[in-house]
Amino acid sequence: MPGTQSKPVTRMPFIPALQVLADLRTDQVVVTTMGSAREWPKLSQHPLDLHYIPSAMGQAPALGLGIALAKPDREVIVLNGDGCQLMNLGVLVTIIASRARNLTLIVFDNGIYEVTGGQQTAAATTERGGIDFAGMARAAGFESVRSFNRLSDWQRDAASTLALPGPRFVALSVEPLCLSEDATAYQLESPGPIAERLARFQSALAVS
Amino acid sequence: MDYPAQQVAEILAGAGFTHVVWLPDSALGPWERALHQPGRLELVRVCREGEAWLIAAGLHLGGKRPLVMIQNTGLFESGDALRNVLFDLKLPIPAVIGYRSALVPNSPDSARHFTEPLLKAWGIDYVVVSRPDELSKMADHFAACQMAGKPGVVLIAEGRM
Repeated sequence: MPGTQSKPVTRMPFIPALQVLADLRTDQVVVTTMGSAREWPKLSQHPLDLHYIPSAMGQAPALGLGIALAKPDREVIVLNGDGCQLMNLGVLVTIIASRARNLTLIVFDNGIYEVTGGQQTAAATTERGGIDFAGMARAAGFESVRSFNRLSDWQRDAASTLALPGPRFVALSVEPLCLSEDATAYQLESPGPIAERLARFQSALAVS
Repeated sequence: MDYPAQQVAEILAGAGFTHVVWLPDSALGPWERALHQPGRLELVRVCREGEAWLIAAGLHLGGKRPLVMIQNTGLFESGDALRNVLFDLKLPIPAVIGYRSALVPNSPDSARHFTEPLLKAWGIDYVVVSRPDELSKMADHFAACQMAGKPGVVLIAEGRM
């Protein structure tokens, strides 16, 4: 099938990449979705974690933007996937147009739809083997943009990246966690009833 | 049909809305200036209607009172986001939706044809505003929905696309 052979891409392991954030996180809201919603709860149990499950795929950055606009003194970090980002590239423009300064959008780019068993995204099948998410963010108007594909670089620069003027965009090239042909091998697990989770999150956000 | 922008803005601000998250059509568009009242009513512009429900959801979680304002074609586009916000997250986000071709007798516009059946299928309470002197329905409907803790829609009847 033409165009499905991607060029080799240097990628960092996903869980250690998340761990870097978990180690740096203080009092920010963290919105997770899809793959990050599966793994982040293993690293963090914070009242300002919002696991966007069940989700509308591609919409987590907009949810995070709404929180950021409601709480301009609270930093909001959205952990998005590349497939999710591809579903709604326009949100990059929406974020810039909103003038929100307290938002960091991090895209974990593994080139596949992991929760459905590892099918390639359209972006991964381009002749370049991927697309330049950071370049798209710059073109949309983000001034604080960083991209990393080596864990050591991300570990070294993550703190300074999160300290850049907002809004910030970070593209992390990460390894897939699961490339099994069995789609059931990588399933999202419910972190509990959504109503209770939202109520807890709202309470924590209200008093913060 | 021209609906008076300032009256709409006063109704919405008076109803306690803090943000209008919108992607306008030609009937709602003239309200832009009136809906932008920094410190009273903030206008948030989106690139795609699906974003509007999620931004509104985030605003709601942060203690604000947002309103989604889109055309009925955007209602169709944003179905998955609406489904998620109103039915999975169970957030009572209200909306004003431009009802394209509603005022055109026997219009073949499929956007008109599917609008009310879709809202009924979703079980969303709605009212139709067909004339400027019916705008007071907006405040009454949104107040009733807020009291009941449920979402609600006001359809703004429009002429030709």
